[in-house]
Amino acid sequence: MSLRALKELALGAVVFAALAVVPLLADNKPFLDFIIRLAIFGLFALSLNLLIGYTGLVSFGHGLFFGLGSYAFGLAMQSGKFSIPVAFALTLVVAAAVGLVVGTLCVRLTEIYFAFLTLAFQMFLYSLILSWVSITGGDQGLLGGIPKPEFLGVDLGRIQHLYLFSAFMLVVGVLLMRQIVQSPFGHALRMLRDNPDRASFLGLSVFHYRLAAFVVSGVFAAIGGILMSLYVSGAYPAFTYWTISGEGIFMIMLGGTSAFLGPLAGAAIFLLLNDIVTAVTEYHGLVLGTVILLFVLGLKRGLLDYITEFLAARRDGARAGRAGTR
Amino acid sequence: MDFDALGGCLTTASCVVTQLSAGLIIGMLLFLVASGVTLIFGVLGVINFAHGSFYMLGAYFAYTVYQLSESFILAALGGALGVMMFGVLFERLLLSRIYGANVLMQLLVCYAIVLILDDLAKILWGAEFVKMPMPAEFRVPPVRFGGGIVPVYYVVLTVVTVAIAVGVSWLMSGTRFGKTVRAAAQNKSMVAALGINTTALYVGVFALGSLLAGIAGGLAAPIRSLVPGMGVSILIESFIVTVIGGMGSIAGAFVAALLIGLTRAFGSIGFPLFTEGVMFLLMAFILLVKPSGLFGQREA
Repeated sequence: MSLRALKELALGAVVFAALAVVPLLADNKPFLDFIIRLAIFGLFALSLNLLIGYTGLVSFGHGLFFGLGSYAFGLAMQSGKFSIPVAFALTLVVAAAVGLVVGTLCVRLTEIYFAFLTLAFQMFLYSLILSWVSITGGDQGLLGGIPKPEFLGVDLGRIQHLYLFSAFMLVVGVLLMRQIVQSPFGHALRMLRDNPDRASFLGLSVFHYRLAAFVVSGVFAAIGGILMSLYVSGAYPAFTYWTISGEGIFMIMLGGTSAFLGPLAGAAIFLLLNDIVTAVTEYHGLVLGTVILLFVLGLKRGLLDYITEFLAARRDGARAGRAGTR
Repeated sequence: MDFDALGGCLTTASCVVTQLSAGLIIGMLLFLVASGVTLIFGVLGVINFAHGSFYMLGAYFAYTVYQLSESFILAALGGALGVMMFGVLFERLLLSRIYGANVLMQLLVCYAIVLILDDLAKILWGAEFVKMPMPAEFRVPPVRFGGGIVPVYYVVLTVVTVAIAVGVSWLMSGTRFGKTVRAAAQNKSMVAALGINTTALYVGVFALGSLLAGIAGGLAAPIRSLVPGMGVSILIESFIVTVIGGMGSIAGAFVAALLIGLTRAFGSIGFPLFTEGVMFLLMAFILLVKPSGLFGQREA
């Protein structure tokens, strides 16, 4: 393991430890709720950015895996045959399998065609869930709650435990995705994003790399879906609706695509914005839309992108200034 | 799934005529919206995610004008021209600022406009369904046709839309404007270098696309319930139409819109919950077999 990876692992452990002591200091339920939702949507947005930011494939159908994760996990738990870790692992296997099949069909296309094909598969799942009432409950969603039997002393029925579990999943997910991005595989993805022809001249199979990225990002999105189904104790067709994918893209754009943690920051901004706006006014689209417009027309890039560029410019400026006085 | 009902309908002349005419007008409205989407994408390379909201605006504008004037012609004109003006403002003030930026930024701007327009509609016209009455001139006995009945308004809507389809095709293929636009779609800087104002050209195309959405909204107002957010489903369907017909192709949009309209009309009897699923399957099939669409020129 490289020094960088060790450093990041240590940093992740520190962040998790810090998050873990919060409930001991103060019983602040809104904060716990927020971190759980941040874990859900942060994992979703980060996984989507593996495709959009690192592979250059803009997916409009990433909600497919979010919904799939929540429904597969919910159904597995409702069957009563599995413990939570087993159902968790099973769901990831299902997500990977679906990702393999859908990805094989999708990644042959690029640009807008890829976007629309992924959208088509997501909406196909949505229609399937709506019409296959006997299994999915149709538009009512997966009702009756999701049983959460204790495992290893963890009782996810209690919000403190769900909080710790979500925070743990978020930290682990971030570390894993960071590893993937920094690995030779991640570098290869960026290369074929920037110049697929060149990558294939060098002997990389563009198809297989894209497919692998598709599957990996789908699996991480499914983890977000699983956490969501645990959080709301159910699964709803809206989890596979196109708006989920739209919100994911929105989060990525808010935070920025170039910084690794940009999408996570974007998810946090999005959730805060939503909470504040919903609390203040019933016309939440009007305010949210205006904020987006100001963002887009003012910054023309994500917030972390903007900050990174701003800091870089200031550093360069300072260096130039020093050089000037010498 | 209720295939018995579908079979029963298909063997009854009156049911076939009713569903055919219903599918036909769904297809016509869809074509008007989708042709705007496809035109704007073909020339500007921008996917206008706000196009469904333009359609909604057209319907509400027509509704308001009709309430004030009691004239259907004025209402339809008001919807069409109002949306066209809105489209021009939208292109000039917002979209044009981010032509060079990340494509996802265009998506975000459209998303923001959709959110804003839906809420504005809520404020101006209320969150409840409103209905524009069928104009008096169309309150006449329906036409009998092959054992079924078709409302007169459906016939008028179809004739108007077909005329518009022919007109737009002619505009794009037979006029100097159309030729310039197609040249700009191929190579914008070359067209600009030849002394043509491409900014004005872009505005013109966007105005035309908005006009088509406005016409669709105005024509839809007497036969659809108006509600904030009504643009979303027609937007999604017009994407399906655009993909199936081929991005940038007017003829393709027409054929695909009819296909989707009929799928909807007959699907609502046989598989009401799965109609959307079938439409997306169709789209996925086309994308996999021929990504450029039925009438598409460009290679994917």
